[in-house]
Amino acid sequence: MAYIELPEGLPGIRGPMAFRPETAKPLNELAEVLLRDDNNTLSRGERELIATYVSYLNDCFFCQNAHGGIAQHYLECSMQFIDAVKKDFQSTPVSPKLKTLLSIAGSVQKGGKYVTTGQIEEAKKAGATDREIHDTVLIAAAFCMFNRYVDGLNTQAPADREFYVKRGKQRAEEGYLHFDLYK
Amino acid sequence: MPYIPLEEHLPGITGLLEYRRDTAAPIRELTQVLLRGPSSLTEGERELIATIVSHRNQCRFCTNAHTAAADILLGEDNTSAKVKQDIAIAPVSDKMKALLTIAAQVQESGKSVTADSIQKAKDAGATDIEIHDTVLIAALFCLYNRYVDGLSTVTPADPAFYTSLGERLKNHGYNRLPQGYDHLKKNKPQEK
Repeated sequence: MAYIELPEGLPGIRGPMAFRPETAKPLNELAEVLLRDDNNTLSRGERELIATYVSYLNDCFFCQNAHGGIAQHYLECSMQFIDAVKKDFQSTPVSPKLKTLLSIAGSVQKGGKYVTTGQIEEAKKAGATDREIHDTVLIAAAFCMFNRYVDGLNTQAPADREFYVKRGKQRAEEGYLHFDLYK
Repeated sequence: MPYIPLEEHLPGITGLLEYRRDTAAPIRELTQVLLRGPSSLTEGERELIATIVSHRNQCRFCTNAHTAAADILLGEDNTSAKVKQDIAIAPVSDKMKALLTIAAQVQESGKSVTADSIQKAKDAGATDIEIHDTVLIAALFCLYNRYVDGLSTVTPADPAFYTSLGERLKNHGYNRLPQGYDHLKKNKPQEK
């Protein structure tokens, strides 16, 4: 049971978003511009993978599966691949640049001060731009917010992981701005 | 030195918000709604929530900035100091103590928030929306603190910097200043 009285039957973040539309609006706008806006040299799939990885590290079941499902849709990959990235991205065939960005995201999850000059240098050496480094840090920081919002209010989430794969396609197509929280 | 090129006259969060104004816009709006929008919590109380989370994340820039804002709004500096030291001895209501405790749990992790601490807040009179906003303010500052420190932004050492920032947060809130920030170029902050 969620800690506060939320509209019924809405999984994960959709409950608190329906509870408080004034804060839901900028939250969804942030997700849209960070994760989905095409004015970005990181692909949507790469950005969703960063979101998935941080949500996994924060042990947020809803977020890691919701964004894992979206990443799976964009990357046209299997759930096994998403799980492999979560458990040990270094041993997966993601690009060397994305590996350095995932490493930065992992440090941000622990705390801002954990990001080292060495990690930033590695990312730049692998071809990451300042904007890509900026976006990686902000996506990771944003999911440290989203994950806490979802779990801090003890929201409920479907246990069946296939649920999120189906929704991933829908969210990828609809985006974060103009969707019905109740559907 | 910041990890990415930021305007030198804009230390801490401000340089980041100016670096990418399209991501800044919803972050500013969210903060404005939560910390300055209509609420049964005072602006000072909400700044205390921002302060305790920033303090526990050891983000010096955000802690100093929101301590200054809280002190100006409350008209004294004892409450913010005590909140950072030990919630139990802070001169705030039982409801605020319970909400600050929830915020401190959110700082650790969403999963650290206990049914017991929620019950204590409700017993002390906290409403669902106050609990919601407390959790989201605390979560939002987990974003800010990581954003500010994760890109190694500059933390000015001069206390006067934070007093003037606190005044700005009291008078203008969190929306982008209509005239931008070029007027701050004449008083560049000293790096720590």
